Amino acid sequence: MAIKKKKTPTKAKTVKTNSRTSKVILDSKIPAGPIADKWDKHRFNLKLVNPANKRKYEVIVVGSGLAGASAAASLAELGYKVKCFCYQDSPRRAHSIAAQGGINAAKNYQNDGDSAYRLFYDTVKGGDYRSRESNVYRLAQVSVDIIDQCAAQGVPFAREYGGLLANRSFGGAQVSRTFYARGQTGQQLLLGAYSALNRQISLGNVEMHTRSEMLDVVMIDGHAKGIVVRNMISGEISRHAAHSVVLATGGYGNVFFLSTNAMGCNVTASYRAYKRGACFANPCFTQIHPTCIPVSGDHQSKLTLMSESLRNDGRVWVPKDKKTAEKIRKGELSPNDISDKDRDYFLERKYPSFGNLVPRDVASRNAKEVCDEGRSVVSSGLGVYLDFADSIKRMGENTVRERYGNLFDMYEKITGTNAYQNPMTIYPAVHYTMGGLWVDYNLMSNLPGLFAIGEANFSDHGANRLGASALMQGLADGYFVLPYTIGQYLAENGISDRPSIDDSAFSVVQDEVESRIETLLSIKGDRTPTSFHRELGQIMWDKCGMARNKEGLEEALLTIPKLRKEFWQNLSVPGKNTALNQSLEHAGRVADFLEFGELMCRDALQREESCGGHFREEHQTPEGEAKRNDDDFSYVSAWEHKGENKKPQLHKENLVYDEVKMTQRSYK
Amino acid sequence: MNLKLKVWRQDNAEDDGRFEYFEALDISPDMSFLEMLDVVNEGIISDGDEAIAFDSDCREGICGTCSMVINGVPHGGQKGTTACQLHMRHFNDGDTIVIEPWRATAFPVHRDLIVDRSSFDRIQRSGGFISVRTGSVPDANATPVAKENSDLAMDAAQCIGCGACVAACKNASAMLFVAAKVSHLSLMPQGQPERNRRALAMVNQMDEEGFGNCSVNGSCEAVCPKEISLDFIARMNREYGRALLKKGCS
Amino acid sequence: MSLASNIFNTSLGRKYLMALSGAGLFGFVVVHMLGNLTIFAGPAAINQYAAKLHSLGPLLWIARLSLLGMVGIHIWAAIKLSSENKRARKFQYEGTIEPVDSHRKSEIVSRYAARTMIYSGLIIAAFAFYHLAHYTWKVPQINGLNNIDFETFYVHDVNAGEKQIAYTTALPEGVGKEGENAVDVYRMVTSGFGVWWISIFYIISVGLLCIHLSHGLSAMFQSIGIKSKASQKLINRFALTAALLLFAGYVSVPISVLFGFL
Repeated sequence: MAIKKKKTPTKAKTVKTNSRTSKVILDSKIPAGPIADKWDKHRFNLKLVNPANKRKYEVIVVGSGLAGASAAASLAELGYKVKCFCYQDSPRRAHSIAAQGGINAAKNYQNDGDSAYRLFYDTVKGGDYRSRESNVYRLAQVSVDIIDQCAAQGVPFAREYGGLLANRSFGGAQVSRTFYARGQTGQQLLLGAYSALNRQISLGNVEMHTRSEMLDVVMIDGHAKGIVVRNMISGEISRHAAHSVVLATGGYGNVFFLSTNAMGCNVTASYRAYKRGACFANPCFTQIHPTCIPVSGDHQSKLTLMSESLRNDGRVWVPKDKKTAEKIRKGELSPNDISDKDRDYFLERKYPSFGNLVPRDVASRNAKEVCDEGRSVVSSGLGVYLDFADSIKRMGENTVRERYGNLFDMYEKITGTNAYQNPMTIYPAVHYTMGGLWVDYNLMSNLPGLFAIGEANFSDHGANRLGASALMQGLADGYFVLPYTIGQYLAENGISDRPSIDDSAFSVVQDEVESRIETLLSIKGDRTPTSFHRELGQIMWDKCGMARNKEGLEEALLTIPKLRKEFWQNLSVPGKNTALNQSLEHAGRVADFLEFGELMCRDALQREESCGGHFREEHQTPEGEAKRNDDDFSYVSAWEHKGENKKPQLHKENLVYDEVKMTQRSYK
Repeated sequence: MNLKLKVWRQDNAEDDGRFEYFEALDISPDMSFLEMLDVVNEGIISDGDEAIAFDSDCREGICGTCSMVINGVPHGGQKGTTACQLHMRHFNDGDTIVIEPWRATAFPVHRDLIVDRSSFDRIQRSGGFISVRTGSVPDANATPVAKENSDLAMDAAQCIGCGACVAACKNASAMLFVAAKVSHLSLMPQGQPERNRRALAMVNQMDEEGFGNCSVNGSCEAVCPKEISLDFIARMNREYGRALLKKGCS
Repeated sequence: MSLASNIFNTSLGRKYLMALSGAGLFGFVVVHMLGNLTIFAGPAAINQYAAKLHSLGPLLWIARLSLLGMVGIHIWAAIKLSSENKRARKFQYEGTIEPVDSHRKSEIVSRYAARTMIYSGLIIAAFAFYHLAHYTWKVPQINGLNNIDFETFYVHDVNAGEKQIAYTTALPEGVGKEGENAVDVYRMVTSGFGVWWISIFYIISVGLLCIHLSHGLSAMFQSIGIKSKASQKLINRFALTAALLLFAGYVSVPISVLFGFL
């Protein structure tokens, strides 16, 4: 196929350089047939690439976390030429590494009645009926293969004395289907994927680019055909062309400034794709994790999560009375002075059957509620107790130490408090983002050739993700879904459909990227990128955090553009582009967050219902529970960029539930 | 509290580098060490100067990105703690803190406190894997692993690849890192087919990268944020001897 | 790569060589000390022991050459490894308040020993050379005794007559020949260590040797991979005990000479 030149190499005024003017159509490409057969049939129907031709196809994978590394390795094993990029100094450091709890798989090794169908059902229900049935079913199906794959790579999963794999129940699931490797499941799985990636790098099938940040995607003829990348050591901007581009760039939790994400996590790759025409789906669906260590002051740079498993044996409480709480905040009273009758174990009180084990969103919201009532127990006003005194009394300190020793140590390391003697303090923090680039059943965005996998897409978790499902989804996409589905696109478009990096479209994008960097460096104002980021985060947390309302969101839609304006006038980025410059990296990411935050608020505003992680105060039951509106909002909201300073356009993909009966979640 | 910082500054790999002095004022004991540096950097950037470059990412002690020598000790010397989890309550008002990058020929400095640890990646690439293709694997429970072995493998696999062992070693030896990797895979039944190849290849690559040799001083173990045991070095030596006898003779 | 090239060309291979040659040399040091201790059984015992050794002929030369080989390998590997170490870490940390391995304060000898292996090793090598020149090659200029040449110290090796007792009665000066007559080791040792500064030098050197061994003996087990946290205590105790015993054994001779017990 000949590459058509359709761009004059002048500086572009808008970013929609090459995308077609045709209307976005969201075709989810869900295969027909019974849900259990869809994936098998689909795989059969997918076009195959001739094995001899595979090495003539190039694929760019951006990101090297669980999804990116597993995809890059698997694609290379199939014979494709892969280029993989990450901003970290090694692919092994992606933030998948921080996942503690485990990975779900419907192995039914415990003989407790688990099945792919049950995992599917739980995930759809847990996602509050805002995910795509067919995708979730496929996820549950391939989950079993993931465990096999990882075990074969040498991942040291926890074992029983008989040598077989151990499981635990996690996040309120009724079956034990979570596999784990101490408190480091994420790291161990990532090291597995990293080792597979390494093997392919050593064989010359993957070209690895570390400390490289993707700054834009290049569209040719409406297809994603390359990226523009900044080398973070030398500042050099380079172009990379391929037959297809895969984004495995993670979530956008750092829009809140404070989150459990790594410092470097950012939305730039997804957001740049969005500005080139990819639809962004459900951006307002963010997950708040209830058991994080509370903020200790303005200096806080990130929040640390402690495993949810703590809620198995810890009891969450605040004083019944505001005055007592105030005395605790001032340090006049210690928690151990409060007698049991003056304590409010609010989760146990409100949800007698699930108690402290209610889902993440419910636990988080209730913690916020009691703090809003003025019953917080930390000086910042944001924190509740998680008390192990009863468990220690019941099981003995040693048993508690065996189960949670590493978490107690970590808690003491950070807060300086011994949690065996005093209750822990916890507060919810942003943890995971269910939203992401819109993708079809093949994990391809509405831009042909552009795929999104892992946390970067929106597909599997609906409005709320279950514990131990993030690792599962990342690896499912990377090992077992994308390697098949990408073949369809490549086979359809042929070997010749790879542009040269000398194509004018590349020069245009590179010019844009460079001029943007120039601008950031030339503002020479007074405020640091961090200060803008922090201010944006505060707005997002207040207005678009655990609970949202119309008024607040509308206010945010006014304040964010103001902040953005100030950013472009008063930013200070010392140094130059041609060297390692962390302020510059950060500034570029904050610039995108400043636009993206607005999109999130817009999405939260249009979704006039409460579901999963999205809680609109206007939409709650009299008891204060989330109230879904299935009649009007049973859809995926997919936003299309319409140009600078123009309102994005909302597209809707209606969700159809053939298998799962929609019910109101109840944890009473 | 108020502190004085003596920080290594270096513009790039070719630059000679020098120490610069900074004041860290109004530091809260609840800050992490890196947050203290963030505060100092905010001041530096506001003055229009270039911030102290240092690596960090997860800031919860697991990604292994942060890498600085604090008062002569990698990660600052709190047992089992990375620099990002080190808190200022361990310092006193008026202290002078010396902050330097990892020092090793195999870890050249990129800028200030940021070093290039790609040598670790290359060691891993030389053989730190089990060659399985996606999909072509047996059921996970088809290969039982004795719990003792699996637990021991996990002890080794905890390594976060931060490089503190190399930074602490007077010989800049990477033995603890390589030993952890070799041991992890050699303890698992899945790792047996490539056991000898792996040990030989990884040690050869380690040598090629210009790391020093083990003098059994134990500094590596002392600073390892995951407290990985010197025993694994002995285990690797054993693995290597075995591999030499089996493969080296052929 | 062949076994040999792997052993000589890789870091771990050289550590093996280091450990194995070290183990061999340790064996020599033990046997040598036991030989020395025969001096306390009287002149006849040590002289007879020396004569027995000399009578071994080619076996003695095999032992000597393999010793020399081990010393050569040990020193070559040490220099090679330590020059690699120097190259691997060119900078020292400015901020060092106390060494990183200060957690091993409880084993202060071994920690100090570990950090100074190359220096103690080189000094021991120099001493060994001097020691050979002193007693084996019997270079008269370095024995600190005016006009006394150990080359002239021989004894009768058979009982012949009333006053002449085998291995204790000196041959007259100028009589006796290397290889034909029994050497009077007893007299060599007592007069040799009678020079106080030679004894002091000897004691210091043996002290260094034992410090060297206190680390080397335990590191050896690590290098060949048979050390673990469980066996470490035992191995360290063995190393320290062996070093102390050797020190006591070796030093007992010059001390006894200096204080007139011999």
